[in-house]
Amino acid sequence: MLAAEVETETWDVLVVGGGNAALCAAITAREAGARVVLLEHAPPAFRGGNSRHTRNLRAMHDAPHGVLVDTYGEDEYWDDLLRVTGGATDEHLARMTIRASAAAPAWMTARGVNFQPSLTGTLSLGRTNAFFLGGGKALVNAYFATAERLGVTILYDTEVTSITLDDGFAREVTAVSRGFPLTLRARAVVVASGGFQANAAWMRESWGEAADNFIIRGTPYAQGTVLRDLLGQGVQHVGDATQCHAVAIDARAPKYDGGIVTRLDCVPFSIVVDRDAQRFYDEGEDVWPKRYAIWGRLVAQRPGQIAYSIIDAKAEPLFMPSVFPAIRADTIAELARQLGLNPAALEATVKTYNAAVVPGVFDSSKLDFCRTEGLDPPKTHWARAIDTPPFIGYPLRPGITFTYLGVQVNDRAQVLMQDGRPAANLWASGEIMAGNILGQGYLAGFGMTIGTVFGRLAGEEAARYARN
Amino acid sequence: MPETDSALSTTMTEARRVMEICNACRYCEGFCAVFPAMALHRDFANADLNRLANLCHNCKACYYACQYAPPHPFGVNVPQTFAILRDESYRAYAWPRPLAAAFARNGTVVALTTGLSLALVLILTDSLTAPGILIRAWTGRDAFYRVIPWAAMSGIAAITLLFSMLALTMGGMAFWRESRPDRPVTGRAVLRGLHDALTLKNLGGGGHGCNDRDGAFSTLRRRFHHAMAYGFAACFAATSVAAFEAYVLGLPAPYPWLSAPVILGVVGGAGLLVGTSGLIGLKFTTDPTATAPALLGADLALLALLWFAAATGITLLLFRASAAMGPLLALHLGFILALFIVLPYSKFVHAIYRTLALIAR
Ligand SMILES: Cc1cc2nc3c(=O)[nH]c(=O)nc-3n(C[C@H](O)[C@H](O)[C@H](O)COP(=O)(O)OP(=O)(O)OC[C@H]3O[C@@H](n4cnc5c(N)ncnc54)[C@H](O)[C@@H]3O)c2cc1C
Ligand code: SF4
Ligand code: SF4
Repeated sequence: MLAAEVETETWDVLVVGGGNAALCAAITAREAGARVVLLEHAPPAFRGGNSRHTRNLRAMHDAPHGVLVDTYGEDEYWDDLLRVTGGATDEHLARMTIRASAAAPAWMTARGVNFQPSLTGTLSLGRTNAFFLGGGKALVNAYFATAERLGVTILYDTEVTSITLDDGFAREVTAVSRGFPLTLRARAVVVASGGFQANAAWMRESWGEAADNFIIRGTPYAQGTVLRDLLGQGVQHVGDATQCHAVAIDARAPKYDGGIVTRLDCVPFSIVVDRDAQRFYDEGEDVWPKRYAIWGRLVAQRPGQIAYSIIDAKAEPLFMPSVFPAIRADTIAELARQLGLNPAALEATVKTYNAAVVPGVFDSSKLDFCRTEGLDPPKTHWARAIDTPPFIGYPLRPGITFTYLGVQVNDRAQVLMQDGRPAANLWASGEIMAGNILGQGYLAGFGMTIGTVFGRLAGEEAARYARN
Repeated sequence: MPETDSALSTTMTEARRVMEICNACRYCEGFCAVFPAMALHRDFANADLNRLANLCHNCKACYYACQYAPPHPFGVNVPQTFAILRDESYRAYAWPRPLAAAFARNGTVVALTTGLSLALVLILTDSLTAPGILIRAWTGRDAFYRVIPWAAMSGIAAITLLFSMLALTMGGMAFWRESRPDRPVTGRAVLRGLHDALTLKNLGGGGHGCNDRDGAFSTLRRRFHHAMAYGFAACFAATSVAAFEAYVLGLPAPYPWLSAPVILGVVGGAGLLVGTSGLIGLKFTTDPTATAPALLGADLALLALLWFAAATGITLLLFRASAAMGPLLALHLGFILALFIVLPYSKFVHAIYRTLALIAR
């Protein structure tokens, strides 16, 4: 359908975005009989937002189900969420999401998504998370194919610039489609346009110049245009703009869309130094999955937003390397030169660290209490002398996964206004409202769960409203 | 040839780059045998890459699923990279060495060979038989040999086929020497490899079908390939039974309709026709972004040769009692001769290397 034809229609449901949350909403609304248009900022090759980089979703199950082994009940799921968020969640919405996640895999399968047993190296997730065969892009492809088959109208290269709200009622939607302005009318609107992490100017408002050194792990289309537009029109926000999920990734990653292959799991077996070759945090504080998400922030707070993870030959087989080659040298001084660090300073740091290591029984698979003594900051686990060449270094930068700031919703996925009333015909799903449930921290696979559960809910409610 | 060497290393370098990206990602682990085999490595030697490339069935599932596919700057295209590397590995393992050159412009080579063997058979039939014999309705037990003398027919067939078998074996051994695993190969591994090769288990996108044409899943290519491969096997069986009856039992062709060679030949020929037609059709309708355009000629040439061999075989059967039998027989034998000659220097070799790679993985 041509952009001009899209303008003459009054759509039942207009969906903003082209990731998991948007697609679940569009498919559900269409299946409920609504006439649906979906506007995706990205061109076809880059459709699917951050969802195209994902690999699994976390699903509750009271019995083994498909690729999910054993059981994972509501309470255990809730406990996990409570722990990672430190209470920054809404129990009612969270439990609702958890319960609804049980039905997600079957719904997904019926719409073309295939699953596979958990990937090698992720056995720990085999019980809680269902992995998508081929990853998130295969999922996104399947959903787009299903949406097309059902008759959802899809416009690519189309950025929604504003949703005109009139006392909580969405009057019209303006967009730019392949360079041309577009005004659309719809009875109901679902926003599923993700976070704003790729918007450098906005990130700079919270982080100052440091933001320029952030790497965006996912889509460059996460500009937050719609989020900012809505928050400027009386929509109630959740979370604050300074919060983002940041992990330490290989500094050589591309600015956007580097995805999973830029991750580095070497931190616990290394010492991490800043650009002055000084350590700044306990690398062995806890097992890596639990500490994965604090290192992005730690590196973001160092001068120049850069750090270097240093290991020796003993540690190399213990972790999954990033896609970029390890930087190797036969001496610490030579490694420092290759990394652009002061050789004497790095030698001194390694020497002090080595001298502080207390002998112990090293075990990479658990907290082994191999530690340092009299060192500040200490390394409390997996501390071994760095003494076996070749010495290896990886540069680290903050890699931003998503932002937490979002719009507030109720348990029907309706967007709430600042006075607490729901907007009449506006729903939200996915990253743009995830902060309601995931106020901080992260639980692997929960982003896709929120998008699937709230996408379906938003699609259903929006279709029902539009058809009445 | 320094030129070929540098081209070889470029493909190898690209394959290594792609595998290193995949190895850090592994999202495609469930699609086929390539990714689990890849995950056993941290570094990739040339032989590893050759083996992985020969494990790939070019189903394209991992291309459509790849978040790093072009236009992403990483530009990961596993099926295309592996198709080119496979072709280069065919050259690397070809025997005798000088004939490796047949894999360059392979489509032309196969077509030329076919033309030459057709001409050869026609000349032979013309000069070895008395005038007027070729175009005449012959019937009865040894009718075929009136057209083409027994010694010439079986002699040429035996020599070319034996040579081809030898060349295929030598190529297979060269591949195996490089690809064999460090651990001893168990009977189980052999059985599993044969099973996966015969069922085309890995041509299935992890069980949901392949991207035969585009982003949608389909099992067409697998089904056409089965029709072709088992058709080929049935025709081969027909020829073997016929040879046995002729040389051991002394019952020369042609055989009655309800005899093993004819039934096998008809069923096999039909399978070949359906399979090759379907596969040729898919070649022309598939999304070309994940294929290697330079290899289209080689693929089409072998498919076309198989198609002609089957088509002339079936036509011969239908018209064997007519005056057309002579020319039809000559034509059919020309195609069969061409097939025997080109087997080790055509896309056919993938069957050997794929099976060995499935055993070695
Ligand atoms: C590398 C990586 C790996 C991840 N792995 C996992 C995982 O395994 N499991 C998991 O649960 N979560 C994972 N996540 C988090 C997950 O990606 C998100 O939680 C989830 O994808 C959010 O889905 P969404 O649909 O809300 O947003 P997105 O998938 O980001 O979709 C947003 C869409 O909106 C479009 N858009 C934005 N602005 C506009 C506009 N103005 N107009 C029109 N369209 C617009 C974008 O183009 C995009 O299509 C991962 C994230 C990253 C970066
Ligand atoms: S083809 Fe792409 S998605 Fe699949 S494993 Fe390789 S890099 Fe990952
Ligand atoms: S067989 Fe298919 S999924 Fe496997 S590597 Fe080849 S193209 Fe990719």
